[in-house]
Amino acid sequence: MPPVLELRNITKRFPGVLANDHIDLTLNRGEIHALLGENGAGKTTLMNILYGLYQPDEGEIFINGQKAEIHSPTDAINLGVGMVHQHFMLIPVFTVTENVMLGSESLQLGGVLDRKAAAERIREISEAYGLAVNPDDHIRDLPVGGQQRVEIIKLLYREADILILDEPTAVLTPQEADELFRIMHSLTERGKSIIFITHKLREVLDIADRITVIRRGKVVGSTTPKQANQSKLAAMMVGREVDLSVHKRAAKLGAAVLQVQDLKVADDRGQLAVDGVSFAVQAGEVLGIAGVQGNGQTELVEALTGLRSTHAGSIRLLDEDITRADPRRITELGSAHIPEDRQRDGLVLNFPVADNLVLNTYYQAPFSKGAVLQQNTISEVARERVSKFDIRTPGVETHASSLSGGNQQKVIVARELSRPVKLVVASQPTRGLDVGSIEYIHGRLIESRDSGVGVLLVSSELDEIMQLSDRIAVIYRGKIVDVLPAKGASKEKIGLLMAGVVQKGAKASPKVAAKKKAVTKKTAKKVAKKKAATKTTRPTKRRKDS
Amino acid sequence: MSTQASTIQSVAPQGTATRRIVMGLVFLGLAAAIWFLFANTTQADLVTTFTLNPGGSQFNFPNLGFTTLPVLHALASACALIGAFQLARGFGRSTNAVLGLVAALFIFAFLSWVASGTSLNLAGLLRATLIRAVPITLGALSGILCERAGVVNIAIEGMMLTSAMVAAIFGSLYGLWVGLLAGVLAGGLLAVVHAILSIKYKTDQIVSGTVINIFSIGITSFISAKFLASYRYLNNPGIFSDIQIPGLVDIPFLGPILFSHNIFFFGMVVFLVLLHFGLFFTRWGLRLRSVGEHPKAADTLGINVFRTRYMAVILGGMMAGFGGAYFTLGSVGRFDEVMTAGRGFIGLAAMIFGNWNPFGAFGAGLLFGFADMLAARLAILGVRVPSEFLLMAPYVATMIVLAGVVGRGQMPAADGQPYEKEGH
Amino acid sequence: MANQDNESKAPAQKKSAFGIFLQELGRGSVLVPILAIITGLFLGGLIVAVTTEAVYTTWSSSPLEAISRGVDAALRSYSALFNGSIGNPERIADALASGEGAALRRAFNPFLESLTKSVPYIFAGLAVALGFRAGLFNIGAEGQLFMGAICSVYVGFALTGLPAFIHLPLALGAGALGGALWGFIPGLLKAKTGGHEVINTIMMNYIAFRLSEYLLRGPLQRPDTTNPISPFIETTAQLPRFFDSPIRFHLGFFVALAAAYGVYWLLFKTRLGFELRTVGANPSAARYAGMNIVLVTVLAMSLSGALAGLAGANEVLGVNYTLAPAFSSGYGFDSIALALIGKSHPVGVVLAALLFGFLRNGALQMQIAANVPVDIISVMQALILAFIAAPAIIRTIYRLRAPAQQDDELRVRGWGG
Repeated sequence: MPPVLELRNITKRFPGVLANDHIDLTLNRGEIHALLGENGAGKTTLMNILYGLYQPDEGEIFINGQKAEIHSPTDAINLGVGMVHQHFMLIPVFTVTENVMLGSESLQLGGVLDRKAAAERIREISEAYGLAVNPDDHIRDLPVGGQQRVEIIKLLYREADILILDEPTAVLTPQEADELFRIMHSLTERGKSIIFITHKLREVLDIADRITVIRRGKVVGSTTPKQANQSKLAAMMVGREVDLSVHKRAAKLGAAVLQVQDLKVADDRGQLAVDGVSFAVQAGEVLGIAGVQGNGQTELVEALTGLRSTHAGSIRLLDEDITRADPRRITELGSAHIPEDRQRDGLVLNFPVADNLVLNTYYQAPFSKGAVLQQNTISEVARERVSKFDIRTPGVETHASSLSGGNQQKVIVARELSRPVKLVVASQPTRGLDVGSIEYIHGRLIESRDSGVGVLLVSSELDEIMQLSDRIAVIYRGKIVDVLPAKGASKEKIGLLMAGVVQKGAKASPKVAAKKKAVTKKTAKKVAKKKAATKTTRPTKRRKDS
Repeated sequence: MSTQASTIQSVAPQGTATRRIVMGLVFLGLAAAIWFLFANTTQADLVTTFTLNPGGSQFNFPNLGFTTLPVLHALASACALIGAFQLARGFGRSTNAVLGLVAALFIFAFLSWVASGTSLNLAGLLRATLIRAVPITLGALSGILCERAGVVNIAIEGMMLTSAMVAAIFGSLYGLWVGLLAGVLAGGLLAVVHAILSIKYKTDQIVSGTVINIFSIGITSFISAKFLASYRYLNNPGIFSDIQIPGLVDIPFLGPILFSHNIFFFGMVVFLVLLHFGLFFTRWGLRLRSVGEHPKAADTLGINVFRTRYMAVILGGMMAGFGGAYFTLGSVGRFDEVMTAGRGFIGLAAMIFGNWNPFGAFGAGLLFGFADMLAARLAILGVRVPSEFLLMAPYVATMIVLAGVVGRGQMPAADGQPYEKEGH
Repeated sequence: MANQDNESKAPAQKKSAFGIFLQELGRGSVLVPILAIITGLFLGGLIVAVTTEAVYTTWSSSPLEAISRGVDAALRSYSALFNGSIGNPERIADALASGEGAALRRAFNPFLESLTKSVPYIFAGLAVALGFRAGLFNIGAEGQLFMGAICSVYVGFALTGLPAFIHLPLALGAGALGGALWGFIPGLLKAKTGGHEVINTIMMNYIAFRLSEYLLRGPLQRPDTTNPISPFIETTAQLPRFFDSPIRFHLGFFVALAAAYGVYWLLFKTRLGFELRTVGANPSAARYAGMNIVLVTVLAMSLSGALAGLAGANEVLGVNYTLAPAFSSGYGFDSIALALIGKSHPVGVVLAALLFGFLRNGALQMQIAANVPVDIISVMQALILAFIAAPAIIRTIYRLRAPAQQDDELRVRGWGG
């Protein structure tokens, strides 16, 4: 019997990026095939090709041994391919029935919707696969886990045999994730095949039948959970060939510049993303926050920089309480922020480099006198900084948008480190940059540390964390599971901590691996129900100024 | 336990509490307005008379007459009681219905005050309100069609104006029905322009609407000055006469109010029902709304976002065209420059006020039509309120709705956002 | 190093208003706006041609004859447009030769009248442009203009016995204040409740119309008439005119140019302008940089309203000396076109406003000499705006290549916020 699905030699180029580089993949009937890789490795692109949202530049797709032409989602649906997107494709104001039937509606005479018939089929599907949903609920009233069940029902309603789940656990609570895994098994038992995209090692080992690891658009290897372990997978996923060694002297520690006590921060959905975190950054050290993305790092950094309001706990910068301070106050106290999303938060792309270099100091002397900007000073200082920080730009009047990613980031680094700062909060400072820029930015961060500045480095790149940090705090599901000195810490050990596996009775450990089996069907359902009852509020943005 | 799901529950009740208090204060404010503005300025012995005879009916209702002051006091007290209860407990889900009730009480108090010492033809007022609501509602339905599919349409005014003129010219030359058809097509044609600019070229939809509005004012005034002024026969289409629905029109009181109108009123009613049914009970409507809420989701399910939007915008334009034809073929019988006088924008307001729902929009159309009608009659009645303030009411009300004071509306989530397909 | 070569080539740049404008223009394509204007004017001529009686009556018998008559009619209209807006070259030459005062005034009146006509356009265009820069779509210039006119006219006739140097600034200031209030309200609603400024400013427009109707029939009505018209303002509140009748060219033109410079200075030279542009270009980055988005939004809408208010003030203080309900000829919508054609830059807005002023003024002559109703100008404006807003159309017509870089685009973020 041929495999249900075979991808041969799939290649997709985007301007400047080779997103998929001759990828081969097979999927057998009744199998859960995990596609593992870091963010930006090309997993989602591959699946969008399979689902007809993108067209491949090269390569072929075979379904049940037959060559398939997939030009649109409609083609994919007709061929039995269904996809649950990372960002749900659900319409909040529609009911479950309406969402499920949309595009393949049950009709009565004259184009009139037959909601009853559709709801009946949804009930049948939901019973057959143990997907608890009420067809008459509105999506906006469902918890995320329930929304995901609706997405899966959407596929089953269209009789999809090949189910693509793109990062399905990224938005789920642990209980919801366990429930999802149970559902996935019940799907494969009934002959469905699943491609499971993730970057979470534990999940892969728990649930997959086979694992394919992708890095930078290429397949780096295939394995099975029996042959692999977390550290081996981590190594495959992260890769070792990039080994930018950073030379640094021993840390000269000073007083604490940043003290965080029992901090709790909610995410946009109103869930606690940072759940009782305490740590301190001392002058002259780099504290690295390691963790798989989506474990509360973004919310933590936003809270520290005044961009997100805190739920509980306190933050002190030097001797000042900044728990409720606004971004300007925190900046003025001497905190530098290299934001995670440099194009959204860190730069105004339509502004010249010079203006971007004074984006948060424009109102101070010497850049302003009274109400008037001192353009000559700004240009002059900008030129100085451009040469000092090796920003490759035709001139300081060039718009930031026409700079390369590395030079854009250097603009931010130049702006932030040119001030007399005491603390640098650097969030994913080298994501997506070329090797030269990475090296440069690492050097600058270490330089700051050596000059007595406290550096908080948040990164999901383990190598980066290990090279730069003096101490490493590992964050997992909004909690710091361990803090250990960088010297002597092994990549394997931190990788395990990042996956939530805590050895030797470390404190406050979420013993997930052990717990997983204990979650019975019944309790999982109960939790889901409780969540449905409590979380009826719409997700609210919790940014301070909005 | 560390893995316990943590849900923060402090968000919801706060907003509703504020809203409860605001609404309570609004009710009390209306009560106070009745008391001080109306009751305080009414002499004790004045009598209000409402005529309930719409004319053209065999049945003659007796007039409704009462001494004004006690009734005003009773109405004020009722509003105050409702307000107090709202402050103390709140009406919960039925708050909006209660708001409607209080508004009705207030309007009745206002009319009683206006008619104190004289008589007012209530039936005539109701009929005139319905007629005034026709163009507003049609404009709103046009907006609903477009915006439910995710395309903002501020060009309703321009579409109405152009089709009013086209309908007048073609109506004069080839008869009323051809005129009506031409008006509808003119609206559709401008909608094609709006659709191409905003869907194909992804022009900002406000800019595109502005283009059509400026163009419409220009071209209609141009043609009017160039041709209609000198060739009178081009601008004399006459109007559709009233149709009496046999049987129903004989219902006492309501019959003449509801069932003796011209084609535009009945057309509006039909479109209203059709659009409501179409939007919420057919595949057509489900797909149209999905495109306005989450085009990408619709796209992943194989729905052609662009085609759906084109269809919706063009139908919306034709609806506005029908509404525009009303001005010349259903009301005045000739075209005058800028004769729509902002009705299209009031239609837009009615759409928002009615929460993007056809019947909601009709309700808003009635309310705005009532204000419109009343403003015209106040002068005749010699009332002490400047009619201009009544005419402002729709705009102020819309701004209040938009600010979320009366509960935020359910705007289509992707309204105003051009859709771009990725990866091709 | 790469950057240093360039540094040495560029002298310490001191950016002039025009420099920034050209720089921003160069980023899109200078050609597109110019071609859009030319195409719009051409299509206007086409409409004139086909609506000429001689053309459509001879079309069926002799199309060639019809075409030539159509070209004739269009050319006659364009020449009337030219004479009406800039002046009749022969008459100017004669007047210069004779050196006679009255002849000179008559000869140059069209040109100066065009400048006068462009004054409200400059103000209203600046108002919308300022809003665009802050990411706000102020569609309510019309209402703000009315409020400005009302406040100016009130101060203009109600206060008596003041010297001009106090009265005139007071009247202008009152106009700005009235407009600012009408901008402030939607600005506040936008910043605090997210209520979309497009809807709110449209509503404010109609509230202003109704309010002005009420005032002109009530408190502000001229005592000796039943028409809805205000009393004449005191001469001390009038914007001084530079020449004798019939030339109405007045100080307001220079006030408008000063305002354009002021807006330029505010936007590109001050802290507030920097904040305003940042909030408009990237609100996330503005928040990151510690800017007060609520304050900036409210301030931007208020300033925008004030500028539109000044447009109204100039009309009543410089041209009409009184206020009647129909005094505005659609400046509100036109100003959106102006701001877009001028790329939201003060220099561009002034140029576009001059174009509109000349067109409007020339159109009067066109109506008299060529029997073409003035409203053809609105049609042309709409066409020009359509081409500017959808540059792809122009690029298709003239087979231009698409720019490497996308223009800064304007996007509405939905109604409810």
